Amino acid sequence: MPASAAESVPFERTPLHDLHLRLGAHMVPFAGYAMPVRYPAGLLKEHLHARAAAGLFDVSHMGQIALRADDPAEAARALEALMPTDVVGLPPGRQRYGLLTDEAGGILDDLMVANLGDRLVLVVNAARKGADAAHLQASLPGAVSIEKLDRGLLALQGPAAEAVLTVLAPEVAGMRFMDAREIEVAGVPCLVTRSGYTGEDGFEISAPLAATEAIAEALLADAAVLPVGLGARDSLRLEAGLCLYGADIDAATSPVEAGLTFAISPARRGGGARSGGFPGAARILAEIQQGPARRRIGLLPEGRVPVRAGAPLFAAADDAVSVGRVTSGGFGPSLGAPAAMGYLPAAMTESGTRVFAEVRGQRLPAIVTGLPFVAAGFKRG
Amino acid sequence: MLRFTEEHEWLRLEDGIATVGITAHAAEQLGDLVFVELPKIGMQLTKGAPAAVVESVKAASDVYAPLDGEVTEVNEVAVSNPASVSADPQGAGWLYRMRLTDPAAMEALLDAAAYDALDK
Repeated sequence: MPASAAESVPFERTPLHDLHLRLGAHMVPFAGYAMPVRYPAGLLKEHLHARAAAGLFDVSHMGQIALRADDPAEAARALEALMPTDVVGLPPGRQRYGLLTDEAGGILDDLMVANLGDRLVLVVNAARKGADAAHLQASLPGAVSIEKLDRGLLALQGPAAEAVLTVLAPEVAGMRFMDAREIEVAGVPCLVTRSGYTGEDGFEISAPLAATEAIAEALLADAAVLPVGLGARDSLRLEAGLCLYGADIDAATSPVEAGLTFAISPARRGGGARSGGFPGAARILAEIQQGPARRRIGLLPEGRVPVRAGAPLFAAADDAVSVGRVTSGGFGPSLGAPAAMGYLPAAMTESGTRVFAEVRGQRLPAIVTGLPFVAAGFKRG
Repeated sequence: MLRFTEEHEWLRLEDGIATVGITAHAAEQLGDLVFVELPKIGMQLTKGAPAAVVESVKAASDVYAPLDGEVTEVNEVAVSNPASVSADPQGAGWLYRMRLTDPAAMEALLDAAAYDALDK
């Protein structure tokens, strides 16, 4: 065991910092914030509880940005010019997963965009919020205002999330997956979306800073809810086959390579109503047509050894040259087995293909598999 | 005799054989373990070299050999049930046993009071 390093650098605090300490969280630095990686229940219990009942996550470190224009359609058109996403066609009260791309077709960030009628609200990755704000500032016309929202953000995830949140906000029972509504939660005006990043049904609650802790405590008062740290958030999203920006996707990865073609709206594809017109369109639309050279795949290691990010992948146990690389990996608590994601040449991405991952100098067999590893529980109906 | 290392291993010496594991502090820091890899019986271990691997959901950590010696026994329960190491790291969750090349070298390691006093 390496000796642990002292962590005395000052980090930003979320509005739940004191609550995390009272709950006994193990705090770690993440994206410039002091964040709970796990609570006393431990990562495995937290993960399994979020799949079985409900988990409460502090995601206040993520960036929340409002875009406004005198004509709301102007803000939608302007944002759409930066994304292969149908923003113009996003109805009021709905949210969509989207991507900011660059001229080379790489991914600058993945984000959620909600249409609230008079404004668009984005939720972006914590590690990218500065870069995203600068990109929007540089790219959007002056008629579109950009406001960084200083608010708390809670995620309540799991099959019991609706029953729990309904007690504090009866309207949520009528929401479908990816609905976005401004409603009161425990008497506090909030923005609630029926979404998340665990593969489970659930909600994200954007709350005023001063009220975030009281809402979190009201949710935790329900016996169905356990606080869940970043550790289980990562294992939940891995099992759900969801990308982590900076690991599975980045500016060197195209949306088609990453298997995020679903996030490229039909209206923006070849033959669509507003085809192209976003950064990197030439490459991205060509890749949709012709297929990319490499693709993100799921990997199930045959043994018990977790295969982690950075592990090179080989076509044969004794090959000298690697053909790909693991970008996320570890242990899937719901699978009860190791699981990983990575990139392989397109010709090797058929489910059932056997490849070898190098871990501590050994070549370990792993089977290429479709994603997600654990089926999603979204309420689409 | 019970001794500790600055790398958060413990070892207990009985009849020239040292039982080795990770400390309660290390187990707490790692969180739930999901995989344990132990050295082969008969393997010669060198002080400071990786001897075992313990993995949580999030990360893999090497467990270094605390002294020179030869592996005489491994805890198969730790391999089949890594949670047993998390639950009782300084008892039933021991990792392996080694015959020390120089049992007297134990004396130079940290005693419980010195380990507890470390700035962890």
